[in-house]
Amino acid sequence: MIMSGAVAEAEIPVRTTARGKRSSLTRSRIRAAWAFIAPSLIVLALIAGWPLLRTIWFSFTDANLNDLSDYKIIGFENYLAKYDDEWFGVLTEPDWWRSVWNTVWFTLVSVSIETMLGIVVALILNAAFPGRGLMRAIILIPWAIPTIVSAKMWNWMLHDQFGVINDMLLRIGLIAAPITWTANPDTALWTAVMVDVWKHTSFMALLILAALQMLPQDIYEAAKVDGVSPVRVFFRVTLPLIKPALLVAVIFRSLDALRVFDLIYVLTSNSKDTASMSVYARQQLVDFQEVGLGSAASTLIFLIIALLVVITLAAGRVRLGEDPR
Amino acid sequence: MTILARIGFWLLVIVIAVFALFPFYYAIISSFRSGSALFSVAYLPESFDLSNYFAVFERQPFGWNILNSIIVSGCVVAISLALGITAAYAFGRIAFRGRSLLLMTILAVSMFPQVAVLSGMFELIRAFGLYNTLPGLILANLMLTLPFTVWVLTTFMRELPKEIEEAAFVDGATPWIVVRRVFLPLMAPAAVTTGLLAFIVSWNEFLFALTFTLTNERRTVPPAIALMSGSTAYELPWGTIMAGSVIVTIPIIALVLVFQRKIVAGLTAGAVKG
Repeated sequence: MIMSGAVAEAEIPVRTTARGKRSSLTRSRIRAAWAFIAPSLIVLALIAGWPLLRTIWFSFTDANLNDLSDYKIIGFENYLAKYDDEWFGVLTEPDWWRSVWNTVWFTLVSVSIETMLGIVVALILNAAFPGRGLMRAIILIPWAIPTIVSAKMWNWMLHDQFGVINDMLLRIGLIAAPITWTANPDTALWTAVMVDVWKHTSFMALLILAALQMLPQDIYEAAKVDGVSPVRVFFRVTLPLIKPALLVAVIFRSLDALRVFDLIYVLTSNSKDTASMSVYARQQLVDFQEVGLGSAASTLIFLIIALLVVITLAAGRVRLGEDPR
Repeated sequence: MTILARIGFWLLVIVIAVFALFPFYYAIISSFRSGSALFSVAYLPESFDLSNYFAVFERQPFGWNILNSIIVSGCVVAISLALGITAAYAFGRIAFRGRSLLLMTILAVSMFPQVAVLSGMFELIRAFGLYNTLPGLILANLMLTLPFTVWVLTTFMRELPKEIEEAAFVDGATPWIVVRRVFLPLMAPAAVTTGLLAFIVSWNEFLFALTFTLTNERRTVPPAIALMSGSTAYELPWGTIMAGSVIVTIPIIALVLVFQRKIVAGLTAGAVKG
């Protein structure tokens, strides 16, 4: 997805004869190409394409999880419907809109913090200092820890009675009484942001570091000779040069954060005050067995994310696909 | 000024390192404390009590959970790599019509929110009779690993010089032989990287594992840890949870540290979700 490395133009050109007819070798290679990608395409169609279509289909039905074969089509009623002057459907549910807001807030705040911290960590790792390799290994550790385990670890650290965070803050006198971090709606989403930052800043930092390491060194030497302050160099030279890589990293982190499920589900124990869109959809689908309503919410999530992807691609900021140079 | 700057720099390095390491350190020392000792906060290791580690295997089928995770992740990696390498050869080395459209479609799949396929996948898994089985989880997890496996391997495949296969074709080799004899050995390092990333994704997967399994014996590690409960609903066995967390995290951390360079290369080449 990110083509930050130099991608060599290593393709074998389609060999054509002077008349423009493809040689038999080329034809057999093209046949081979289709044979080679067919298994992957079939598997993906079966486990991604088909389930997605079925989810969209279910969103127009009143299906129930107990028996998925027994349903009738009810049109857009799962989304929006009017009975006796009253509106129903996902789009009228305050809990749905709450989850949308939670997800958007979580994404904006956590990705912003991760970007800023990621730049700082990347700049540190780009400097030559003893123990740089060790430092890079250290920041990879939070990334490697499974999300569920991270959520449980932080749950324990944030425990209202026996948690180490409350103990630390009490000792240095920042708070007067223990705080119920993950149960209180005011602080619960912030704790989710903190754990996400803890886990994903290294990802951001590594992508930015890869961009930093490709910058031409002579600019920096010239700036040094001219006596330009390092802060100025950063904002005038470094930041504009790493901007494309930064944007890609931000987009990928945002798409990931928008579908957040496990962290919020485990950390804030499935409460509706902090539910993300994915948590809401799964709750309708599995806990309440309302496949129709849950599928409608899932479809909306898919549409939101698909829309963002399309906008990103259309803006032409990220060039995906082949020959990414 | 430079002295101050240097002190500031090292202070920053230390703060970041402590922030990164402290939660896991705290999980480890908590896992060695049990009973009422957990109801007081300790910053330094003070006891070395293994009872939590025994309890996690006695109170629930944690051995099975680990085995399930290993089987699911292992199969997912093997299938993703087998399908991924052949597809990447076609995408990376052969120009054919519709190639970039297909590649874009595969990339789009990796951006799917998992929950968007949940009800369809549920129906599919039930239709195949795979509900509450490991093959069901393997099938579902392929949706997460296959797209980026194809994508990252294609990137690596393109970087190989084109002379490599031309010689083989001149000698009359078929594409299949070229893939097997020429590219498979060359792709080994890239396959290790992608395989590791696929393993980590599958090892950490929670939503499918939570939804498509029912009994404790069939669960993989993430739902097993998330659903660990104590004797009452209000009393979570924190010591045991921490012990379980440490057990399943240490192999992953070891893998990541050993293959650090490869993983960083894979992440920057493919920017898979972290």
